[in-house]
Amino acid sequence: MPEITPEQVAHLARLSRLALSEDELVALAGELDVILGAVAQIGEVAAADVPATSHAVPLVNVTRPDVVVASLSRDAVLAGAPSAEDGRFRVPRILDDEA
Amino acid sequence: MSELTRLTAVQTAEAISSRQSSAVEVAQAHLDRIAEVDGQVHAFLHVDTEGALAQARRVDAGELTGPLAGVPLALKDVFCTKGVPTTVGSKILEGWRPPYDATVTSRLKAAGIVVLGKTNMDEFAMGSSTEHSAYGPSRNPWDLTRIPGGSGGGSSAAIASWQAPLAIGTDTGGSIRQPAAVTGTVGVKPTYGAVSRYGLVAFSSSLDQGGPCARTVLDAALLHEVMAGHDPRDSTSIDAPVPPVVEAARQADVRGMRIGVVKELSGDGYEVGVQERFDEAVELLTSLGATVTEVSCPHFAYALPAYYLIAPSEASSNLARFDAVRYGLRVGDDGVNSLEEVMALTRAQGFGQEVKRRIILGTYALSSGYYDAYYGQAQKVRTLITRDFQAAFAVVDVLVSPAAPTVAFPLGAKLDDPLAMYRQDLATIPSNLYGGPAMSVPCGLSEGLPVGLQVMAPTMQDDRLYRVGAALEAAYVDRWGGPLMSLAPTLPTLES
Repeated sequence: MPEITPEQVAHLARLSRLALSEDELVALAGELDVILGAVAQIGEVAAADVPATSHAVPLVNVTRPDVVVASLSRDAVLAGAPSAEDGRFRVPRILDDEA
Repeated sequence: MSELTRLTAVQTAEAISSRQSSAVEVAQAHLDRIAEVDGQVHAFLHVDTEGALAQARRVDAGELTGPLAGVPLALKDVFCTKGVPTTVGSKILEGWRPPYDATVTSRLKAAGIVVLGKTNMDEFAMGSSTEHSAYGPSRNPWDLTRIPGGSGGGSSAAIASWQAPLAIGTDTGGSIRQPAAVTGTVGVKPTYGAVSRYGLVAFSSSLDQGGPCARTVLDAALLHEVMAGHDPRDSTSIDAPVPPVVEAARQADVRGMRIGVVKELSGDGYEVGVQERFDEAVELLTSLGATVTEVSCPHFAYALPAYYLIAPSEASSNLARFDAVRYGLRVGDDGVNSLEEVMALTRAQGFGQEVKRRIILGTYALSSGYYDAYYGQAQKVRTLITRDFQAAFAVVDVLVSPAAPTVAFPLGAKLDDPLAMYRQDLATIPSNLYGGPAMSVPCGLSEGLPVGLQVMAPTMQDDRLYRVGAALEAAYVDRWGGPLMSLAPTLPTLES
């Protein structure tokens, strides 16, 4: 049975861009441990030679005719953005100051 | 309460098309009902009074026609509605007004259906009680101290409290069927791919499926027909005719049908009262001319663990789109914090505990070193569950089980125990993993609270659900003197 530490949760939180508090890390470590303990029983199923199913509909490479159709206007899309400027999404800095 | 709110969708449409009532009158009666009771039920997150009345006027002007023209509907807040708030029960999308309609929304509008508003749900459809909504829980009209099911508890509560004759939900692991079961209403998860997911905010893309909620089987069938059908904007949409669900609901005939009772969906975890009502319903189906046998689906025991690896894995990927850049909340943009810091602060504040829990769980299950043991193994188990269904459908036409293992539980009872909450989906998850259609139809009361029977069918044989559901419903109408909802207690109305 896996033993999840708050440090491991902190790593997962960083990967998933969640700024969790110390309390949340500790709580989630315990909860994750319990949930993983419960779902680990799927390991009992002998499935070495069973193919994986990723999707219920066996479709591949669905295409459509390459026809130009109307799309949303720029203003309509930017209206929902938390911040926009000069017809673009405005984002916080993405480079360090010295870069 | 206006008598107009007691009608079925079929009766409502007839009253409007025969000019006994106008669509505006019908819409107003339901808006009045919402004002009267939704302070207690909390089915709606947003009521679109202006939009509803405008659509009703178009029906009255003869601009929109069809079998459900003018019938009011409550839409789960997971479908995009142009210019009308869409939150998915989350603070991260609070105040967001989509710039486009989901395909389902467009189809409703074109059919003349009057969308009254958007219904409450567990945040991102993750839950079985609506208690994970960032906007507070909905309440079960049969007992306001109990849950209305989830995630689509707002939709089930709306129709069970006569605020709308029709509603729409989405079902990833049971979010249409379990709410239907615990509110005494009808809920259908169509075949995966039958209803377009375009404009449906994604939770677990390989499992999510929109479907109808109603107080009668025929009403659900009529809505099913409006919603379903191929959509080139959803690459997983099935390009085939919609099965004859309305015809099947009108036939309501199970004579000669082979029905299999799933051995693994009973016993441990299922309440005695639920099991008793289910067993009686099976006897009733036999008396109606069906042949009932027991069927074993050995891998169903692993459906719940497989689901709680697959769905969080897909969610952890899908919810990456909430990046504080293109829509929704942004926190900590102070000119000092980097983009990455703003993302992390926004997501930590915008997502609730259950959503965070599932993102972390999914990220773990997809991590290198754990992928094969968790996500990879879960996908193989999914194959084995599909094979169980295929083997069963070689000998029977449909499978049946209780839809939910318990009646509606008190608010708060399972909130601190995620595993106990997850077990609400014991019986519903197998159909999601397989992709086949399934329905919950009322089969009586236990301790004064509704119990649902689940019918499961092979993919694209959705009509079989409606044959069984409608036959059972007709038999019960004789016994109860009306649909189960006719036994529902009268809701105390708000003193204003």
